[in-house]
Amino acid sequence: MELLGVGKKILLGNEAIARGALEADVDIATTYPGTPSSEIADSLSAVARYLKSIGEEPKFYFQYSVNEKVALEFAAASAVSGLRALTCMKHVGMNVASDAFMTYAYVGCKGGHVIVTADDPSCHSSQNEQDNRLYAKFASLPMLEPSSPQEAKDMTMEAFKLSEELELPVILRTTTRISHTRGVVECNEFEMSKKHGKFEKNGLMVTVPDVARKLHPILLEKMEKAERISEESKFNIIEDFGGEDGIITSGVSYNYVREAIDDLGIKCKLLKLGMSYPLPRKKIIDFMNGCRRILIVEELEPFLEEQIMAIAKEEGVNVIIYGKGYSSLSRCYEYTPDIVGKAMADFFGMEWNKKEMSINVAPRPPVLCPGCPHRATYYAVKQVAPPDTIYPTDIGCYTLGLLPPYKTADFLLCMGSSFGSACGFSHATKQKVIAFIGDSTFYHAGLPPLVNAVHHNHDFVAIILDNSTTAMTGHQPHPGSNVDGMGNETMAMDMESVVRGLGVKHIEVVDPRNIEQTKEAVKRALEFKGLSVIISKAPCILLGRKKRERVTYEIDQDKCKKCKICITKFACPAFYFDEEDIKINESLCTGCGVCVQICPFNAIGRKSEGIK
Amino acid sequence: MKKSILIVGVGGQGVLTAANILAKSALKEGYNVITSELHGMAQRGGNVECAVRIGDVLSPIVADFSADAILSFEPLEALRNLKKVKEEGIVITDVNPIIPPLISLGMGSYMPVEEIFEKISSHCKLLKINADEIARKAGSLLAKNIVMLGAFSALNIFPIKEGSILEVIRESFPERYVEVNIKAFEMGKESINEDMNESI
Repeated sequence: MELLGVGKKILLGNEAIARGALEADVDIATTYPGTPSSEIADSLSAVARYLKSIGEEPKFYFQYSVNEKVALEFAAASAVSGLRALTCMKHVGMNVASDAFMTYAYVGCKGGHVIVTADDPSCHSSQNEQDNRLYAKFASLPMLEPSSPQEAKDMTMEAFKLSEELELPVILRTTTRISHTRGVVECNEFEMSKKHGKFEKNGLMVTVPDVARKLHPILLEKMEKAERISEESKFNIIEDFGGEDGIITSGVSYNYVREAIDDLGIKCKLLKLGMSYPLPRKKIIDFMNGCRRILIVEELEPFLEEQIMAIAKEEGVNVIIYGKGYSSLSRCYEYTPDIVGKAMADFFGMEWNKKEMSINVAPRPPVLCPGCPHRATYYAVKQVAPPDTIYPTDIGCYTLGLLPPYKTADFLLCMGSSFGSACGFSHATKQKVIAFIGDSTFYHAGLPPLVNAVHHNHDFVAIILDNSTTAMTGHQPHPGSNVDGMGNETMAMDMESVVRGLGVKHIEVVDPRNIEQTKEAVKRALEFKGLSVIISKAPCILLGRKKRERVTYEIDQDKCKKCKICITKFACPAFYFDEEDIKINESLCTGCGVCVQICPFNAIGRKSEGIK
Repeated sequence: MKKSILIVGVGGQGVLTAANILAKSALKEGYNVITSELHGMAQRGGNVECAVRIGDVLSPIVADFSADAILSFEPLEALRNLKKVKEEGIVITDVNPIIPPLISLGMGSYMPVEEIFEKISSHCKLLKINADEIARKAGSLLAKNIVMLGAFSALNIFPIKEGSILEVIRESFPERYVEVNIKAFEMGKESINEDMNESI
């Protein structure tokens, strides 16, 4: 297995973090999957399953937890019991975990605990681009920020040590361009050991007010020590390329700065902050004293800038500091070599003469896959729901219902917001409300709002799109699965029993690939006064696709009346216009057969001979 | 030495696999290498781009007008990313359009391929290749990405020996797919060599 090899390997930033955890002899790893963090945990899951397949018992335990908060609590319990723990999540996952996280900082840990937050500047696959470096400051916890896959591995290993030295969990903050960059990583020999934790009771782990008041100053003392470590940290580096001006940077931006220095032949001093919280105050003062002007290059919020401005003011350092708002440096979106290059050219009074080129081509947004059962559900719902129906949606592939022709996504905030907002919409308006949530998201954050809906008798239709997996992030198991991330058999939750157990009176389970049956179920649910739940159950088309017998469908051109329903209403990407004729692309068709039911002229049929 | 290319296409065409094979081949020859990719939303039939950079490189993103080549698995995607390639650079693109589903719904239109090629040629060198056809001849449409790699290899833009790429291909696929992929690589390479001979 590549990830277990020794020597120079090409690893994804996320794989490098997993490798660092393995080399650091991690005991416990937990996660809830979310792009761009998912491959960290997926790698550990793959390692565990691989070891089992060759008859070796993995020396660590890994879990896809039900959500980020539980993932963090599980790992925190392990770390206070003396084990080394890793918890990974995407940036918005930290919001879910934050209730535990903020107070965990007070309690601290014994075994090293590394909490990875993978941020997503430019929202490549997220609902916002919040800057989670602020969580380090908010909770008062140390933070490391890698600039490359090699550093991602090195910092993961260092973070465990740092965490044990300070008895505090340590944040490792990446961004999409670190997590999803592949680079050369030196992989060393390592050995793992099976350990058991021991929980030793003391009076300072039950955070009642009196205890919390004692813990807060202790946390601040630990952070003073962390600042002394930051002063000496090998990750806070000064490079001198001559000149009188300085650049301060961190994370992926370092790479853009460094290449601009080479490409433009810039003379400057450069401070790279790899341990970016707490900041090395003295080091920064010394650096600023040697400079006439400073440019701070960091993505998203002015996190370094505001702190460095404050340090300069407090210490009376006579230096001009530029950051957000200077030249091309914005608080929005990820930086690029061009954004940073332009700002640096302006700062050093150099020419930046890149010409403009505007290319206007049709967009190619992601779409629901051919054969996706969500398409069938959406098609059936749109056939019977009133036009002004409100569709609160949730986080997953099915958010793509946003696109025409379905337009079954009207409101989205976060994981679980479909049902929570449906409670509100059904009360605030006289419109019908149909809320969609995926199975993994339902277990993650859909249960409490459903309880709320039952308890207050809110009148809406809740549709759980149960495709048996966490599809969007790469098909991770969830509580409805019968195998976990270690490859162990589990107790799969029975969704219908769960919903019934909450007290929902009107429940139907349908296979959305049967369009008529689904339409009837939606009609009955809309007529029902009060909360109704439909479990729309069919596996993700990508599951087991290699094992399935290959069948495809074709259009009988003699029967086709060109009504175009298959394209304008059903919109399966396998359908296309060939001049005037409508055809099915046989390399895209997955043979789900749903289109047969929606064609009013029976023009679609199974292709007799299989294709290669 | 700094060399950068961008591999682009549509989700499912094997862009990331091609990039990975190239990156591993570069490492085999001792080069520093960086690739960057986007996952998640981008996988579902959306456009995919992946940079492969070798030598004294740090940035995972290729700056505008700085790539030595764009290797495109679909014509429109070549044009979408044209800004990335330098004027002395080259675009190698497959000629078979994949129409975005939104266009079938009547939203926007797919630019005629001849116009796409014209726009590309007005910026830099353009090399067209019918990778679908070659892949089919090699034995599988799925080997299209390897046909494109073969074509790229023939141009010697990266100082990577063909043998290293073939070695990585052998290591990357299950045994029963190795032969068809090697054939696809060879045929992709030959298509360029023939093209070059014709133009001489």
